[in-house]
Amino acid sequence: MQIPLENILILSAFLFCIGLMIMITKRNIVVVLMGIELILNAANLNLVAFSQYDAEKLQGQVFALFVMVVAAAEAAVGLAILLLVYRHFKTANLDQISKMKG
Amino acid sequence: MVLLLFYFFCFLIVVSAFLMLLTRHILYAAFLLLLTFLGIAALYALVGADFLAVSQVVIYVGGVLVLLLFGIMLTHQPVGGQPSAAPQTESRNLWWGALTGIGFFALLAQVIYKADFTSKAWIVSAESQKRLLNNSSIPHLGANLMTHYLLPFEIIAILLLVALVGATLLASRKS
Amino acid sequence: MLSLVFFLLFIPLFALAGVYAERKVSAFIQDRLGPMEVGRYGLLQTLADIIKLLLKEDIIPSLADKRLFKLAPLIIFVAVFAGFAAIPLTPTLIGSGLQVGVFFILAIVSLDVVGIMMAGWSSNSKYPLLGAMRAVAQIISYEIPTGLAILAVVMICQTLDLQSISYQQGIWINHYQHLEADQNYLFGLKPLGIDITLVGGFLTWNIVRMPFLSIAFVIYFIASLAECNRAPFDIPEAESELIGGYHTEYSGLRWAFIMLAEYGMMLLVSFLGVILFLGSWNTPLPNLGYLALADWTSGKPDTLWGQLTSIFWLFSKTFLLIFAQMWIRWTYPRLRIDQLMYLCWKVLVPFALAIVLLCGVWRLWMV
Repeated sequence: MQIPLENILILSAFLFCIGLMIMITKRNIVVVLMGIELILNAANLNLVAFSQYDAEKLQGQVFALFVMVVAAAEAAVGLAILLLVYRHFKTANLDQISKMKG
Repeated sequence: MVLLLFYFFCFLIVVSAFLMLLTRHILYAAFLLLLTFLGIAALYALVGADFLAVSQVVIYVGGVLVLLLFGIMLTHQPVGGQPSAAPQTESRNLWWGALTGIGFFALLAQVIYKADFTSKAWIVSAESQKRLLNNSSIPHLGANLMTHYLLPFEIIAILLLVALVGATLLASRKS
Repeated sequence: MLSLVFFLLFIPLFALAGVYAERKVSAFIQDRLGPMEVGRYGLLQTLADIIKLLLKEDIIPSLADKRLFKLAPLIIFVAVFAGFAAIPLTPTLIGSGLQVGVFFILAIVSLDVVGIMMAGWSSNSKYPLLGAMRAVAQIISYEIPTGLAILAVVMICQTLDLQSISYQQGIWINHYQHLEADQNYLFGLKPLGIDITLVGGFLTWNIVRMPFLSIAFVIYFIASLAECNRAPFDIPEAESELIGGYHTEYSGLRWAFIMLAEYGMMLLVSFLGVILFLGSWNTPLPNLGYLALADWTSGKPDTLWGQLTSIFWLFSKTFLLIFAQMWIRWTYPRLRIDQLMYLCWKVLVPFALAIVLLCGVWRLWMV
């Protein structure tokens, strides 16, 4: 039994929106990073779902693999920046990091 | 059977993602993120992407999530000298957030149903010719990575190296 | 299904026997007697210990994060237990015939890390947090040499399927799908012209098929000690510094689950080591002319005799590795954390990278 494509797409749209809402509403840097990861995962889910119909070239799966690598790199650099910010401002709350505001 | 499993994991993902949005505890959010990642890995396995399913666990759970957990612990400040307080996050822009999220979801859902992907020519032809992917994708994936996608593969490797060196440099105390 | 039931019963039994063996081995090495009181030669000692653990009060610290604290031992145990699904017990008995078996077990280890972190943080106490941080740093660092050593094997065997890797290392190579026409040559080298497909024994094990894999095996073994937090890499649970590491605050049944997971992890990495490097369920005795030792000591894959002999060889090799783990634990002192990181990043990783390169070249000669 094949899984209906639409269901996966709707699920991934839902994940994307949750990620977006987390990014907009939460104020802690780490939680915002989690929202970004959710959005990347939602995109990956779409790519993998479509690549079922592309059994030879598997473009979707290859692209999803690249996205994962980029997400790992992003998390590593993001954490390093987070540490620097925390060392400088002594907080991880995005609202209190407002020195650059004119 | 597959459909039943699919709905079970859908339920898991939806519930844990939604709770992530609602909870104030950062650590709970992190462990709910773990559940979401595992559910997505299961979905990958269900649509025939077994290598990606395991990669998802290795990279996201073993790499990204652990990094995030370290991030939480390293930036945790005990509030008011009370060491037991769990790290929490404040929320802002609740109305704007809900509006954007729900609006986007409605838009995307409409697009998905309007676009009617299952009647696209290439999907129909793949379905009719039984060229669907249903067991392992490793041989094709490996061959493709080493032939069609060799250049992106090398570039992504360099990107990863640069990112790791950069992260180490940024986080080291001397700089 | 049979495999699931088997491991569900076997892991607790192994933990019982393992704790007893550990105490007896340590006693032998330190010239003592070890447990002697309960039962003959102290054989019932661990059973008594388990009963004590079951009857103990389950203490949850009042400042702990209760939900996570209760959940963590389960996550640790379930993660390790799931790893056994990919272990081939006999030529036909395997929990799940995953095409990505090796990779799956690596993923399991990373899931274990999250459980450890959860246990350490939710205890809300200094020692568990320090222990968890050390454990996570150590396990993640040592995943790299482990992964590279495993990658070397995968390059030689050209598959991620553990059952296929097992078949390739013995006389029954042609009984597995896609391997019907494969031949084994001495040291894997066709130009040497010595066909040992039907000779089998230790000559077709991966460490002989590609001699440099024996170095990879040593790297894997050292790194696997670190992955299951065993001495000399037991700084995450160094009892003289941290009392007990990430499980300091646990008691009773939950503590028993964590211990079960630790012994399960020992078993899992030993199984994986045997399957990848030491011929899996194949016999170590080769066919030498009229002395058809390999044929006598291992039956055809689908017969009952074949099942029994393969289980016997797999388990005896695994227990030998576990004995080596215990032997090392009671022989070497604990490393400092800087020595630990030095060993990982400046010794094991470069060597493992060199072996991966060599394996690539060797594979070109093998065809």
